[in-house]
Amino acid sequence: MAFSKLYDTHDAAVADVRDGATILVGGVAKSNEPSGLLSALLRHDATDLTIVCDFSGWDGSETIPRLVKDGRVSRIISPYPFLGAHGGVIPELWELGDIEVVAVPHGTLAERLRAAGAGIGGVFITTGVGTRFDMDKESRSIDGVGHVLETPLRADFALLRCHRADGVGNLVYRGAQRGWNSVMATAARTTVVESDEIGEPGAINPELVITPGIYVNRIVRAAGAPAV
Amino acid sequence: MTEDKERLDRAIMAMRVAKELPPGGTVNLGIGIPTLVSMFVGDDSIVFYHSESGVLNCGPLAEDGNEDIDLINAGGQFLEPVPGMAYFSSADAFAMIRGGHVDVTVLGAHQVSANGDLANWMLPERGVGNIGGAMDLAAGADKVIVAMEHNDRNGNAKVVEECSFPLTGKGCVSLVVTDVAVLEPTPDGMVLRETAPGWSPEDVQEITGAALIIPESVGEYEV
Repeated sequence: MAFSKLYDTHDAAVADVRDGATILVGGVAKSNEPSGLLSALLRHDATDLTIVCDFSGWDGSETIPRLVKDGRVSRIISPYPFLGAHGGVIPELWELGDIEVVAVPHGTLAERLRAAGAGIGGVFITTGVGTRFDMDKESRSIDGVGHVLETPLRADFALLRCHRADGVGNLVYRGAQRGWNSVMATAARTTVVESDEIGEPGAINPELVITPGIYVNRIVRAAGAPAV
Repeated sequence: MTEDKERLDRAIMAMRVAKELPPGGTVNLGIGIPTLVSMFVGDDSIVFYHSESGVLNCGPLAEDGNEDIDLINAGGQFLEPVPGMAYFSSADAFAMIRGGHVDVTVLGAHQVSANGDLANWMLPERGVGNIGGAMDLAAGADKVIVAMEHNDRNGNAKVVEECSFPLTGKGCVSLVVTDVAVLEPTPDGMVLRETAPGWSPEDVQEITGAALIIPESVGEYEV
């Protein structure tokens, strides 16, 4: 095959991450973390990063806390920025004012990413109306119900994981892998995916493709299946 | 005096909540006492579970040794696979919630106000919080049931006139199940619906931070 999005190494797949980059990290809780790509990012020297993720740290996964500890992260945007990190490095540096932590409702974050991927200028939603999450946001009454405007969240990179990919970037997930990974795949300028299995084009039935290859720039083989 | 009175345990609270789940309905269970609810849904009452992690019709929590790394709820707990499951994106998971397709959500809380405001994501003394999907569920689910202890570890009332903690949602709670009572927030105030065995309405009022509306007949806490 002449054309392929396949990269040989995780390091090559993230080599052009620049200082100040906004990076989406896929996975839900401890499941389906793109561990090979995150390890490559740890070996990289880019700094002043903004990390957008579901959980920022949890028992058994040290990757994002380690990036933070190394002083590489300026900002974390997450529904669960502190979970599994009681007394850990993220609250510590946050209290010192060394990193910015932005808590975003899970569904609001998903919709902001979806809007970015779909080229929509924002969405009016009811989540957070009457709470501190509606401060400084444009509000509107729609059918008599209060809504606030949530704007798109675009990223430079998405580091994701899937179960099966083909050389043109079509993806299939397994279980809850689909949750964040399929939304984040659409919202970054460069989407990099590590896949448990990689096949030739045709290896995935087109009827069953979850993320069409147009959203995917780079594929790399996963280092190994994550352990329970 | 209420100090010596026996409070119901978490399993009994979960059983009481389970009675509220509509047969054939779709339910999203939060972390803590709400998670226990699935253990008490009878075999004759089919309920579909929704998880923000992107799973519909999932089973209860997985047994030890039967965990699948890719089958988890939003709290990172492993789920049991059951026939008829569906997987979807986070955007779809919350479209289902905001779109009113999830019938009931059961959440824990730090405080619930007399008119149904909910505070459950951040304790001010910690200065930080994990909002997760609670705010979307509070805004989007058809019915929000709160399952919580009536008082916190220091004895402070969690049913209050007005929430002092940062809000999750305004006027969104429709039923509160605690370890001593079942209560219904209304625009007029908090109505006492049921009391636990051995508790009078006056006993419940004594440990509650809002003036209760006590109807002529208050039921016994039924499970």
